[in-house]
Amino acid sequence: MSELSVNHLLGIKYITEDDIQLIFETADHFKEVINRSIKKVPSLRDITIANLFFENSTRTRLSFELAEKRLSADVINFSAASSSVKKGETLIDTVNNILSMKVDMVVMRHPNAGAGIFLSRHINASIVNAGDGAHEHPTQALLDCFSIREKLGDVAGKKVVIVGDILHSRVALSNIFALQKLGAKVKVCGPKTLIPKYINKLGVEVEGNLRKALEWCDVANMLRVQNERMDISYFPSTREYAQQFGLTKQLLNSLNKEIIVMHPGPINRGVEITSDVADSKQSIILDQVQNGVAIRMAVIYLLASKIKHHED
Amino acid sequence: MSQKVLLNATEINIALHRLACQLIENHDSFQNTVLIGIQPRGIFLAERLKKILESDYKIANIKLGYLDITFYRDDFRRSDKPLEANTTKIDFVVENKKVVFIDDVLYTGRSIRSALTAIQSFGRPLEIELLTLIDRRFSRHLPIQPDYRGRQVDAINNEKVKVCWKENDGEDAVYLVER
Repeated sequence: MSELSVNHLLGIKYITEDDIQLIFETADHFKEVINRSIKKVPSLRDITIANLFFENSTRTRLSFELAEKRLSADVINFSAASSSVKKGETLIDTVNNILSMKVDMVVMRHPNAGAGIFLSRHINASIVNAGDGAHEHPTQALLDCFSIREKLGDVAGKKVVIVGDILHSRVALSNIFALQKLGAKVKVCGPKTLIPKYINKLGVEVEGNLRKALEWCDVANMLRVQNERMDISYFPSTREYAQQFGLTKQLLNSLNKEIIVMHPGPINRGVEITSDVADSKQSIILDQVQNGVAIRMAVIYLLASKIKHHED
Repeated sequence: MSQKVLLNATEINIALHRLACQLIENHDSFQNTVLIGIQPRGIFLAERLKKILESDYKIANIKLGYLDITFYRDDFRRSDKPLEANTTKIDFVVENKKVVFIDDVLYTGRSIRSALTAIQSFGRPLEIELLTLIDRRFSRHLPIQPDYRGRQVDAINNEKVKVCWKENDGEDAVYLVER
């Protein structure tokens, strides 16, 4: 197989295992490209991509922009904070205005779940979901699984625990879908208030004790506590959270095996993980960031290859 | 679909030895020369030539790399078949080196045009030459010609030249296939 089954990347839920493997194989090639002295290929020189960020982001946005530029695409950036959205324009109007400038692909982050799916039904451009509310963040899950594959050789059969705020996390949901499609076993661990009720329906086990979860797993993906999405108090204090669900060097060293530690960033140092864990050799946090560019290049390249060229 | 043998195993072997000798004439001990096999099919020819140069002509330390041109092609989004990438493996510097591109068939010249762009990502070569086993003359779209050729072939557009290698296809042979 050498073509994606979809025209948009709206979520991991909507793609197949073959799609994921194709993205990984393509990302392997791009990883080699971005380690050359000239880190750029001319493939997308006649493609224009709009990055629409209706929600704040640093690394995802930079990562997408770098991926697009390394593929030689023309890039326009938009952030809601400084735009006409504040003047009351609707999403479709905003996007249609941008598309009338002959844009081929849209990378969008939006605070509302399903924004990408909604848009894909109304506009004529390829859409990449860069995070929609608490729904999905597919490229993050792809780069997380790609990093596991790089470190452990394969994702199938590996045990992964996702720790922290599962309820508000699009990273958790996309990771669960991706890991399961690739044949990994997934558990989640966190305060009961931050574990969604439907979690068992996804075939995911819940573990309330961090030590037990770590003893079981090969990989621990430590999620950020998303204070900005919490309208009520879900746990008594940050200190208590850190004591129960924070990963310390002491805890890591007391395990009878070496596990891999991941974090999607940005890190609240001392809350989800302590500084010495984040900077330890078991942490692959910075590999994740580098792989993010290769994965996003692969996704954009494969989606762009489905936009047929018209002679006009 | 009918096919005709253009070169058999013996003829390929003779051509390979001649090409190896021509390379030695121009590159002597290969100290400042690197060989680049163009993916996917050029790498078999490149490996063969390297082996002949090493075993029959006792030239040591020949640098050989593989170059994939997929992301540099000019038919991205224009061809019906999706393009599949292959591995690039160049673990040496090409800056100020004499580079020899090696591919099995030279047809329109577009692959070589892409390779000329792709190699720039690895530095600025001193010069670039082209070696090809089969040169399909009169079918070029671009002003590109080989410096070393195994055999010149006249083939029309609905014919395909198929190069088979023992290590990949089970036999050494070149066929002209009518589509």
